[in-house]
Amino acid sequence: MVLVVALAPLLVGIVRKVKSRLTRRQGAPLIQPYRDILRLMRKEVVLAENASWLFRVVPYMVFAATWVAAALIPTFATGLQFSWTADLIAIVALLGSARFFLALAGMDVGTSFGGIGSSREMMIASMAEPAMMLTVFSLALVAGSTQLSTVADYLASPEVGLRVSLGMGLVALVVVALAENARIPVDNPGTHLEVTMVHEAMVLEYSGRHLAMIELASALKLLLYVSLIGCVFFPWGIAGSDDGIAGYLRGAVLYLSKLVIAGVLLAVFETSTAKMRVFRVPDFVGIALMLALLGTLLLFVSRSL
Amino acid sequence: MSEIAQELTVTAAAFRSGAMPVTKVTRKLWQQAAGDLSRGLITLLSLWADHKAVYMALLNEDTKHIGVLRLDIRRDDFPSVSQFHAPAGRLERAISDLFGIRPDGADDTRPWLDHGRWQISHPLGATEPAEGPVVYEFLPIEGESLHQVAVGPVHAGIIEPGHFRITVQGETVVRLEVRLGYTHKGTDSLMVGAAPERGAMLAARTSGDSTVAYGWAFAQAVEAALGTEVPERAIWLRALMAELERLANHLGDIGGICNDAAFGMMLAQCSVLRERVLRASMQSFGHRLMRDIIIPGGVARDLDDEGHRALLALVASIRAAFPSIVALYDRTASLLDRTVSTGVLKPALARRFGAGGYVGRASGRDFDSRRDIPYAPYDRLTFEVPKRDEGDVDARIWIRIREVEQSLSIIMQILHQLPGGPIHTPAVPVGQPRQGLGLVEGFRGDILIWVALDAKGRVARCHMRDPSWFQWPLLEAVIEGNIIADFPLCNKSFNCSYSGHDL
Repeated sequence: MVLVVALAPLLVGIVRKVKSRLTRRQGAPLIQPYRDILRLMRKEVVLAENASWLFRVVPYMVFAATWVAAALIPTFATGLQFSWTADLIAIVALLGSARFFLALAGMDVGTSFGGIGSSREMMIASMAEPAMMLTVFSLALVAGSTQLSTVADYLASPEVGLRVSLGMGLVALVVVALAENARIPVDNPGTHLEVTMVHEAMVLEYSGRHLAMIELASALKLLLYVSLIGCVFFPWGIAGSDDGIAGYLRGAVLYLSKLVIAGVLLAVFETSTAKMRVFRVPDFVGIALMLALLGTLLLFVSRSL
Repeated sequence: MSEIAQELTVTAAAFRSGAMPVTKVTRKLWQQAAGDLSRGLITLLSLWADHKAVYMALLNEDTKHIGVLRLDIRRDDFPSVSQFHAPAGRLERAISDLFGIRPDGADDTRPWLDHGRWQISHPLGATEPAEGPVVYEFLPIEGESLHQVAVGPVHAGIIEPGHFRITVQGETVVRLEVRLGYTHKGTDSLMVGAAPERGAMLAARTSGDSTVAYGWAFAQAVEAALGTEVPERAIWLRALMAELERLANHLGDIGGICNDAAFGMMLAQCSVLRERVLRASMQSFGHRLMRDIIIPGGVARDLDDEGHRALLALVASIRAAFPSIVALYDRTASLLDRTVSTGVLKPALARRFGAGGYVGRASGRDFDSRRDIPYAPYDRLTFEVPKRDEGDVDARIWIRIREVEQSLSIIMQILHQLPGGPIHTPAVPVGQPRQGLGLVEGFRGDILIWVALDAKGRVARCHMRDPSWFQWPLLEAVIEGNIIADFPLCNKSFNCSYSGHDL
């Protein structure tokens, strides 16, 4: 659990560094996100006069929910302490409630940007969430369980061949990950233009430790999706519950390299495409929804034959 | 053919070599001119005042002749032009803020530049202590489920201040209202009584990115008023600097617009090229933006061999790198998806407002003062004026791309043909009041500067009209019906000046 929090800002740092290098800039050092979070922790919190208790509580709630969700994902070993609770549906629910409260907080202070951000976020979420659920279902159908450890173990085993539904699920999950983590082409994490923001517009009013919590939570969310995609679709080298220390070590090294590869791929993708018009986003995320749906249907059809 | 159009008889050659004649008109003729403007028979170049009269500079787009009408003021008012011709609206509001002269019959009488923070009112007219900050009334909004978003005046990026009041219905913009005047520096007041040298410095500080164009337009006005013969070499050096300025700004804009669509690669590549232009300018003229090098009577600094070589190398390096950047823009579908058909400016509107520069030329208004109201040395250079009819963000980018190519070609022509000789002749006062007009194509469009000199050769009144005066209102028209997230993209594709407009 501590590991994911410790690693999350590093992944953000990698993505930023690679993006900078790709656009001929030096880029901030890899540990800059850690420094930012520490700096924010030390700063005072500026609250709007009309902020309610909800506004103050939400950052902790979002962070806690995201952290628990992230901790439920097998990173390099399947024998997790909380394995018995690690249900994919629980993860989706945790993320959903985190988003719900963040959107509420965005509207709480009553600024125009907060409202715009919340409404856009909900519009995207209304497509991304069902897509995620359907991907979960097709995985569950393949593996016969929604327990993540079981799914990962099953998919790592040699009896799973190449499956069309899994490919569709992968594409769907990648699209959902892009949308959920406010990356280009859905949102631009590096912009200063308030009217174009989605995620950033919601949290514009936050400062100090509240902002630190939210930043850390979004870093965690990125790590969560990368780990999820890693453990479900690329489960090579993941250590089983009965593997020894050597197995764990091998898993950890492989996991780290998976993170680095994912970070570099994300940065390359983001540099090579522009942001979409806001109203094109539902189409884009809709593709994920369709693919996930097709994946699930295909499983049913092929099974009944 | 209207009566007023026939009154416009001054050719480019005439006003560029001598004092600008002014036609005194009656109120009736003034109103007739306003009517002709509204019918699109003539184009408004500018509208300004001094403490005795109001002036209107007009252009006949067919013959390319211009004229300045003067109407003497009675009882502190003059017949409003804006009641017939909307583009004059903000110029009239600025006149009444600065001079206290009232446009009679105008629909919009709200203050424009004056936010009530100057401690005095009407700084150029009958000055009185001001009452303090006033609440600005934005246009009333009526309708179901409308939502207002206020952006600025202080923005998140390193840009100038301006307030945007955006009314949206969901994501769609119903109306944009711009409020400007935050960078008012009192340039008009500072100009009064200034020697031409100081006037040139003030003009060069009106809008930082157009400092060469402003310096040149001011010098043109003073030289025309005094009948100064400018040495050949100085004229060619001026054009060289003006094209370098255009090059740097267009390169910066192309990258900047793409960056607002979250495509950082274009910004990175274009910024490298822009920086090369600025460094070459530093090397050849001693200042990155070449400020204060154009002075009345010539230029202050000559180009040496080293600078000459630096500029040749610059053109070669940009010619090598630019095509691949253009190809990158043209081949990135996700980027084109954002720019094509976004923020369409209708040709009729561009024509009505006399929109200059890339804004007009991307919407079918085929006008470039370098070609149509020619001035030396452009009459001896070969270049094309690009024109497109789509009027969207994409068209404005393409106009810039084509103009970058043209500027490179012009720079090469100048470097090859640059004549020798002196670079400065003093502009000598002639002992009587004179007035001159300067009209120079800056990167945004045509900059007009009117200078009235007194008998001692000092500035009695200087009016500077930035192209943005006619482009800001068009931005408001363009954004209507687009989604609010595309506003930065449209705004950047116009890239209007705040400082040049607020004076």
